[in-house]
Amino acid sequence: MSSLSQALWVLLLGSLLGLELIGKVPPTLHTPLMSGANAISGITVLASLTLIAQADGNGALLLLGGLSLGFALFNVIGGFLVTDRMLAMFSGRKTKGAN
Amino acid sequence: MDFASYAIDLVAVLLLALGMKGLAKVRTARSANGLAALAMGLAVVGLLLQLQPGPTAWLWIAAGTAAGGIAGLITAQRVPMTAMPETVALFNGCGGMASLLVALGVSLFQHEQADLVARISIVISVFVGAITFSGSIVAMAKLQGWLDTPDWTQSSLRHGLNISLAVACLAAGLALPGDPAGWPLWGLVLASTLLGIGVTLPIGGADMPVVISLLNSYSGVAAAAAGFVVGSQLLIVAGAMVGAAGLILTQVMCTAMNRSLVSVLFGGALGAKAGGSVGGGGDEAGYTRIVSCSPEECAMALESAERVVFVPGYGLAVAQAQHALRELSKLLEANGAEVTYAIHPVAGRMPGHMNVLLAEADVPYEQLVEMDTINPEFPRTDVVIVLGANDVVNPDAKTDPSSPLYGMPVLEVDQARQVFVVKRSLGAGYAGIANALFELPQTAMVFGDAKAVLQQLCTELRSQGVGTKTAVAA
Repeated sequence: MSSLSQALWVLLLGSLLGLELIGKVPPTLHTPLMSGANAISGITVLASLTLIAQADGNGALLLLGGLSLGFALFNVIGGFLVTDRMLAMFSGRKTKGAN
Repeated sequence: MDFASYAIDLVAVLLLALGMKGLAKVRTARSANGLAALAMGLAVVGLLLQLQPGPTAWLWIAAGTAAGGIAGLITAQRVPMTAMPETVALFNGCGGMASLLVALGVSLFQHEQADLVARISIVISVFVGAITFSGSIVAMAKLQGWLDTPDWTQSSLRHGLNISLAVACLAAGLALPGDPAGWPLWGLVLASTLLGIGVTLPIGGADMPVVISLLNSYSGVAAAAAGFVVGSQLLIVAGAMVGAAGLILTQVMCTAMNRSLVSVLFGGALGAKAGGSVGGGGDEAGYTRIVSCSPEECAMALESAERVVFVPGYGLAVAQAQHALRELSKLLEANGAEVTYAIHPVAGRMPGHMNVLLAEADVPYEQLVEMDTINPEFPRTDVVIVLGANDVVNPDAKTDPSSPLYGMPVLEVDQARQVFVVKRSLGAGYAGIANALFELPQTAMVFGDAKAVLQQLCTELRSQGVGTKTAVAA
């Protein structure tokens, strides 16, 4: 029971943190921010890894876990890289005339 | 060991929060993104240390990592910047799918260990995960133009359908904790997936960014629910953070488009009754006072202009004309004109999308001016060139209460002395609505592909000896 109330507190504080962090964002950054937040939501990899590690040799569980890991990592890796690609354009202003 | 993994978890949460905070500022955004990625890596390492997976498990971890990692790597590098909303939708859908699969696995094979809280979390994780997945895939397909809005979805039939699906989800969700591996699970998967499709399909393309942002928030919720299922506090924090941040972003987008979330989700496609947005022929009949002009005439106006404002829209990006636009503005600057770009909050297909596209073409950040700043400047602007934007410059949004756009904040380009609209044809815009701007006396249409027209303008200006010293081969 204490672990549930603890988890609920974590949920509440995490939500408040999310609301606070994104308070003021220049519109320029909305798209990269959405893409970055999306990559972070791929943190489900942790759940996939737990599922695989605790599968105890159950083939179907391993398969589900492996698939889930693949989907989650696609989200994470793709998300972070594509965000970096976008943000690189904002900072890499020194290289002029790249056509 | 326990202490070490606690410490790693705490550091990872801290870095994730710092990363998210940094992403909200232009100067720190890129390093913040790296920081968040680092935090994620750290969390994975910490978890692996704690779990000590066996050899078979490692094999599956390697397989999943290779498949997802390589696919992500390739997609991230190949995808064009114009397709960014679709890409975010695709990634997002996969995140939802991952949460769904985890909950499915636990529910089918490990339900003996799952207490009531975990079983309720399974319901949430399956429900939200499935909606996120199917909704994101539909959103992606609609943005790519693979899916149209079927007529039946615009009738009240869809509300009945969606309500029945929601009731089915509720029934299956209530039955699932008592029977975690049986029909309620499959019923919930099926009904939630269909609900995701049923809710997203009727929404028009113009509202799609809001939907993607909302689905992004859902995938955070799904991750947090998966955290409850496997008992990971880190997952709960990160998921809750993304869920809350996604809601804020969704709210920002709705404000920018003057649409309430309720009307986006339940109002149907904007302008769907005003006829299809594709068939140009039918829509053209609505215009009576159109003046068209050649690129040469437009170039003459530009040559003598002291203040020029470009209004780029998604059509510019589709024509891949950002670089040609940058070149034209360099010529005009060399000619002594003051050049700025007016950026509507939802220019492109997502807030901030146009900024990314113009940054790709090396347009200086300072020249991109937001709507509220530039609107008072239009009356003293000599020439406005609208490139592939339509609904965001429609004056009806301010003056005509019967227009579906009424109330949406728009760029007041009709206040400028002269307006040129570069457009392929007189077809209606994304929202499928006629634009009163085209018929104003100071407006002239330049018909053609945005890139071709811009290049013609450059050639024309150069032949008149404008800005020759900065001339660059196209």
